[in-house]
Amino acid sequence: MTLLELDDVDARYGATRALHGVSLTVGEGEVVAVLGANGAGKTTTLRAISGTVRRSGRIVFAGTSLARKGPEAGARLGIAHVPEGRGTFSELTVRENLRLGAYARRGRFPRADYEGMLELFPWIARRERQQAGTLSGGEQQMLALARALMQRPRLLLLDEPSLGLAPTIVNELFRIVRRLNHEEGLSVLLVEQNAAVAFETAARAYVLEVGRVVLTGASGELRRDESVRRSYLGY
Amino acid sequence: MAEFLQQVVSGLATGGIYGSLALAIVLIYRSARVINFAQGEMGMFATFIALWLIDSGWPYWWAFAATLVMAFVGGVLIERVVIRPVEGAPAVTVVIVTIGLFIALNGLAYWIWGGETRSFPSAFSTRAIRIGGVAFSIQDFGIIGVSLAAVALLFLFFRFTKVGLGLRAAAVNPAASRLVGVRVGWMLALGWGFASVLGAVSGMMVAPLVFLDPNMMRPVLLYAIAAAILGGLESPLGAVVGGLVLGVGLNLIATYVDFVGETLQLPFAFVVILGVLLVRPAGLFGRVAVRRA
Amino acid sequence: MSQRRVLLRAARFAAFAVGVAVVTVLPHWLSDFRASEVAYVGVYMIGILGLNILTGYTGQISLGHGAFMAIGGYTTAILVGHHAVRDLWTIPLAGLVAGGAGLLFGLPALRLSGLYLALATFALPVALPQVLKKFSHFTGGGQGIQIFGDPDYTGKGYENVHVLGQTLTFNDWLYYLTWTIAVVLFVAAWALLAGRAGRTFRAIRDSEIAATASGIDLPLYKTLAFGISAAFAGVAGSLFVLVSFSASPGSFPIVLSLYLLVGAVVAGLGSLWGIVVGALFVQYLPAVSGHISNHAGAADVTRGVILILVVLILPAGVAGLIRRAGSPLTNRAIRRS
Repeated sequence: MTLLELDDVDARYGATRALHGVSLTVGEGEVVAVLGANGAGKTTTLRAISGTVRRSGRIVFAGTSLARKGPEAGARLGIAHVPEGRGTFSELTVRENLRLGAYARRGRFPRADYEGMLELFPWIARRERQQAGTLSGGEQQMLALARALMQRPRLLLLDEPSLGLAPTIVNELFRIVRRLNHEEGLSVLLVEQNAAVAFETAARAYVLEVGRVVLTGASGELRRDESVRRSYLGY
Repeated sequence: MAEFLQQVVSGLATGGIYGSLALAIVLIYRSARVINFAQGEMGMFATFIALWLIDSGWPYWWAFAATLVMAFVGGVLIERVVIRPVEGAPAVTVVIVTIGLFIALNGLAYWIWGGETRSFPSAFSTRAIRIGGVAFSIQDFGIIGVSLAAVALLFLFFRFTKVGLGLRAAAVNPAASRLVGVRVGWMLALGWGFASVLGAVSGMMVAPLVFLDPNMMRPVLLYAIAAAILGGLESPLGAVVGGLVLGVGLNLIATYVDFVGETLQLPFAFVVILGVLLVRPAGLFGRVAVRRA
Repeated sequence: MSQRRVLLRAARFAAFAVGVAVVTVLPHWLSDFRASEVAYVGVYMIGILGLNILTGYTGQISLGHGAFMAIGGYTTAILVGHHAVRDLWTIPLAGLVAGGAGLLFGLPALRLSGLYLALATFALPVALPQVLKKFSHFTGGGQGIQIFGDPDYTGKGYENVHVLGQTLTFNDWLYYLTWTIAVVLFVAAWALLAGRAGRTFRAIRDSEIAATASGIDLPLYKTLAFGISAAFAGVAGSLFVLVSFSASPGSFPIVLSLYLLVGAVVAGLGSLWGIVVGALFVQYLPAVSGHISNHAGAADVTRGVILILVVLILPAGVAGLIRRAGSPLTNRAIRRS
């Protein structure tokens, strides 16, 4: 079942067009990667989905059109966007950051989910009252992921989670993502510059270049294709 | 010694008044990076409304509460109608809009109620109370109490409620707030609402002391600005502490430094403003930040 | 030079010439009282010119220009009233003193930007009245200084004035005095801003970092702008006192600074061409809003609302309107020829 569908989507920053007719889908329970060089439009694609950039074209999530909706609506519908730069609330505590994840959810504060986060990321319990801005880069990335998970999303948008992180932390992070995908059926749209790491977690991938989709296919095939790797993925 | 204590207590009372208004200024500054120059006039206007209610027969505390509610609504409306269209504009542009508000509200007060000074009832008895042999004014304690209560309630709201968290998040990182579903625009409006409430408290506390007229809040605004800068424009705690320190400081200087006396209080506040901005712009509690482009 | 620019230049020069002509002959049709009213317009025009140089061209906001007017005004009042100096000589002196104060303020102001500068300049006129009252020995305290009837006051406030072979009524004299100076200063401002200094100021307003990177001496130009702008305000203040016959703390309230800002915004920050309209706005708004309601405060409500509307709808002020209206006209003229 298709959870997210982008059909011929354009996006612009002011007068500059950053995406040209991008189409992609994410199925329920899938992990899909968006790859490409710097400036290819990967981040813009995620922004187009969450509604934080001007866009046109068809964007449908779980049967609802996102066309004229802003990011707040997306959050309410079940999209969790972990943006470039993590979007941590640096002056608030770790605990408050997590509470904010549950902001859009109705009803009382989901204690059980909060406990679940403490299990998934044990170090949080020790740092609950610490200011989020004083955490290390890796911890902030984990915190951002945890916050997104507190939204109990159906679709997780991850923007370059590996950026600036040590390989062990990157591996840990993706291990958690894979686990959530297997155990809870969480769908993920993953933007990564580090294609190797993305192929390990995503079943399918799209490759962007200058705002257009130039390639798509199963991870296995793409990573085996030498010319693809060299031309678009830089390795 | 007795006089010193008296001056300290009455300084804390006026300090509470300055601190409430200073907190209002800081609240809006933190969430929108803008100084609302009309904050004092908004408080003045609310005080006039309170007087109108009282004159119509409302008991004091009912009028007080109703005024706070109306001040809140007024603040939210002003933000949505007047400030929202210039939300993305440079801070200077928004300042000019608040100056327009300043002028218009002042004029509106003159228009509706005229310019004569009126007396405003005090919530507290003006009798003296003796503590340790020193006579203090009950009213001063009352003002300190109300100001601190308003500040404390607001603090509790921000700290422990979901909406309060949303407000703080919107101030700290509006983009990320949107992503978790916080309606940042409305958070800004709520911020203005709360600031307006603080301004109303400040106005209703100062009115019995200086009598109510459309220009009543001008000096209070300047002292509040000085207090906010002294405490650090980003720091709510700083605003309150700055207000109290300024209130006490002004009183003591007025009493013990003849040159300044009663007559040079405003220039003194100006010197404080300029001094802090030049020596330590972050104020007592602010963080020293790198200059942004 | 392109055809369009030649046309614009010519149009501007023509407008200026027409303006000067109108100003010169206007008193023939105006009653004496009206002439003194229009004299105030000239005063405000000079003040707004000064404020525009600072805020419109270098982007440093001032909410306290009334204070510089007060400094200039009191200079004149003190010199004429207490020290028997001929009033005309005090005008440039007032400019110098206020300009000096502006330079002095401009130095610490370098450390302040945007909002902080707005706060500091706001505090100036609020604090000034108390200073004036405190040093009453110099300033006449709360009563201020009256120069009506003073022998050093040209025309003493009621006599006819003989100048350049003409005999003018006192009010006409005030009118020509203020407007001559206003026109001269307008030309001076135009010359200053059209040249290198103007470009430098604008560069600073647009981006201080870029300006520094291109080698502009930021502190020098910013302080200079403050000084020049304050000098203009000082001259305006001096003339204000001459037209009002007196100076007192009440003549220069905080709202004066705010009204100047309103006038500058309505005129259009960053451009000289709406300035007359801005000055007319400051002087005549109360009269115009009087048609709606004569209640006290109606004028201020109108002012405030108009200021907000101008910022919201017409951010470039009257100057922007002129430019927008002007371009289809010049386009048509070019196509025609």
